[in-house]
Amino acid sequence: MKLLVCISKVPDTTTKITFTDNNTKFNETGVQYIVNPYDEWYALVRALELKETMGGTVTIVTVGTAADEAVIRKALAIGADEAVRIDANPDDALFVARQIAAYAKDKAFDIIFTGKETIDYNGSQVGGMIAELLDLPFISLASKLDVNGSEATLETDIPGGMQVVTVNLPFVVSAAKGMAEARIPNMRGIMAARTKPLTVVSAFDDKRFTAIKSYSLPPEKKGCKYISADNPAELIDLLHNEAKVI
Amino acid sequence: MSVLVFVDSSSGKIIKGGFEAINYAKKIADAQSTTVTALVAGSCANISELGEYGANKVLHTANINIADSQVLAKLVVKAAEQENASVIVFSHDLVGRAVAPRVAARLEAGYVAGASSIPDTSFVIRRAVFSGKAFADVEIKTEKKVLSLYPNTFQVEKIGGSADIVPFTPEVGTSRVIVKEQKRKEGEISLPEAEIVVSAGRGMKGPEHWGPIEELAKELGAATACSRPVADIGWRPHHEHVGQTGIAVAPNLYIAVGISGAIQHLAGVNRSKVIVVINKDPEAPFFKAADYGIVGDAFEVLPKLIDAVKKFKASAN
Ligand SMILES: Cc1cc2nc3c(=O)[nH]c(=O)nc-3n(C[C@H](O)[C@H](O)[C@H](O)COP(=O)(O)OP(=O)(O)OC[C@H]3O[C@@H](n4cnc5c(N)ncnc54)[C@H](O)[C@@H]3O)c2cc1C
Ligand SMILES: Nc1ncnc2c1ncn2[C@@H]1O[C@H](COP(=O)(O)O)[C@@H](O)[C@H]1O
Repeated sequence: MKLLVCISKVPDTTTKITFTDNNTKFNETGVQYIVNPYDEWYALVRALELKETMGGTVTIVTVGTAADEAVIRKALAIGADEAVRIDANPDDALFVARQIAAYAKDKAFDIIFTGKETIDYNGSQVGGMIAELLDLPFISLASKLDVNGSEATLETDIPGGMQVVTVNLPFVVSAAKGMAEARIPNMRGIMAARTKPLTVVSAFDDKRFTAIKSYSLPPEKKGCKYISADNPAELIDLLHNEAKVI
Repeated sequence: MSVLVFVDSSSGKIIKGGFEAINYAKKIADAQSTTVTALVAGSCANISELGEYGANKVLHTANINIADSQVLAKLVVKAAEQENASVIVFSHDLVGRAVAPRVAARLEAGYVAGASSIPDTSFVIRRAVFSGKAFADVEIKTEKKVLSLYPNTFQVEKIGGSADIVPFTPEVGTSRVIVKEQKRKEGEISLPEAEIVVSAGRGMKGPEHWGPIEELAKELGAATACSRPVADIGWRPHHEHVGQTGIAVAPNLYIAVGISGAIQHLAGVNRSKVIVVINKDPEAPFFKAADYGIVGDAFEVLPKLIDAVKKFKASAN
């Protein structure tokens, strides 16, 4: 099986978010980057498990700049065989998807994995876009994926429940919680990652479809109003008469 | 020209998110002096209600595999062509997340996912980024525009009116996705759409103590949720896990019981309009993000709170 996992770099989950340049740029000073959790914990690990049971290769692809290579090596340490970096600033989802689709087009991947969403831009966009551009089925937010010969069985959430679907290879899937258990890279993996191939290819065009004009932070909370533990009825009164939410 | 809205009816009827999307499209259509066309795929019990929320016309495709985002995207693209729509609206729900990106890619249209404002005159739209820790104002630069509205962002309003329902059966190709099984839990309120969420964390000590949490939720008509460790240890199902790496919610009221308020948890809930925190530790970081707080032992506070809700409901009736 030839598997492709789309990996993106995101700020560590504890990052305090601030902006520079008159609130038009994310302030990267002191920010630690990690592999997007959905890409690492679920998509990549499930791809590795499939490779381990059925044979094949796991390639990871990132649209990003040279600054992303530390995070790419981390994904290699977990067990991917090779990495491809498409050299561009990933500032628009359709731009990113078009780059990955152009790269994957003639490589006959059996499954293309993405995460559910990036935890910085949270769009759930790139996977569906790649599928459309390659004319492939897209199984969105799968929490389980099994492959039997040329057919895959997947579980996904539906409003108020779940469903099981089957689809023939090849297809695109976005991975949600449940698809696999996170793995911690070991020393051997980290050593091996240093010499695994990381190919840099250039972007095929530079068309952007959206642009971020400015950022803002949510309004500060006014402070917490405390209610005595002996009198929760007062809370109900405040929620009804003051906050008007019940 | 018209604003096209894809409305999910995969549970056999249109649910709140669909009406929200129609209301939202109506506001965009009014600003452009045009009309709203809704597109409904699959069987749907309450299709005629769409007019009351602002749809002028409803295209209905009864026979289609609604589990396949590929055929649904083709359907949306065909409807957009027919209606000459340059703005296409989805709800940022399970179906919207699958279909909207495909439509954007097909039409080479800029897409803003999880929109939380009405587009301004230069089509700049606000959306949450960094898991709710910030907002970005995003401009769509293309002539065709795809938007998905974040659930529970605006109050749903019936504005009156009625819509013509027109069968719509374009060629969309054969589906490659086969549904083997579907399970639905009746009567459960879905977490992303819930107006009230009652959530609990490791402070509850074990799954056997969730009774009061469920009872409080039931009394309030709320959905239940939990912190990540609680889902990871298996006390609660994964689909209840909220936070940066779980579901992001934006209810009117979020009640957090025995949750410390780690930054990753807050990231998924800080768009809630009102936050109530119940924690025995007065130093718990969650209080900094709370509107109302009770410092106390959940096992003592919850029964009293449930009582108070029952009394409130009885007096309201
Ligand atoms: C990469 C990453 C991603 C993460 N993503 C998420 C995420 O998406 N969502 C998430 O929730 N977490 C996430 N976490 C975990 C997060 O950092 C915290 O560990 C977690 O939220 C803590 O859960 P908790 O508040 O239930 O438990 P604890 O931190 O153990 O807190 C329990 C709280 O209960 C209180 N308590 C105890 N007994 C009682 C009682 N009898 N009555 C009242 N209060 C009581 C305590 O005072 C304490 O504040 C993530 C962590 C990492 C590293
Ligand atoms: N710059 C990128 N390079 C490679 N894959 C990406 C990139 N951005 C997003 N993805 C993939 O697309 C998924 C969804 O991202 P998003 O649409 O930004 O929420 C992520 O989980 C990744 O798997």
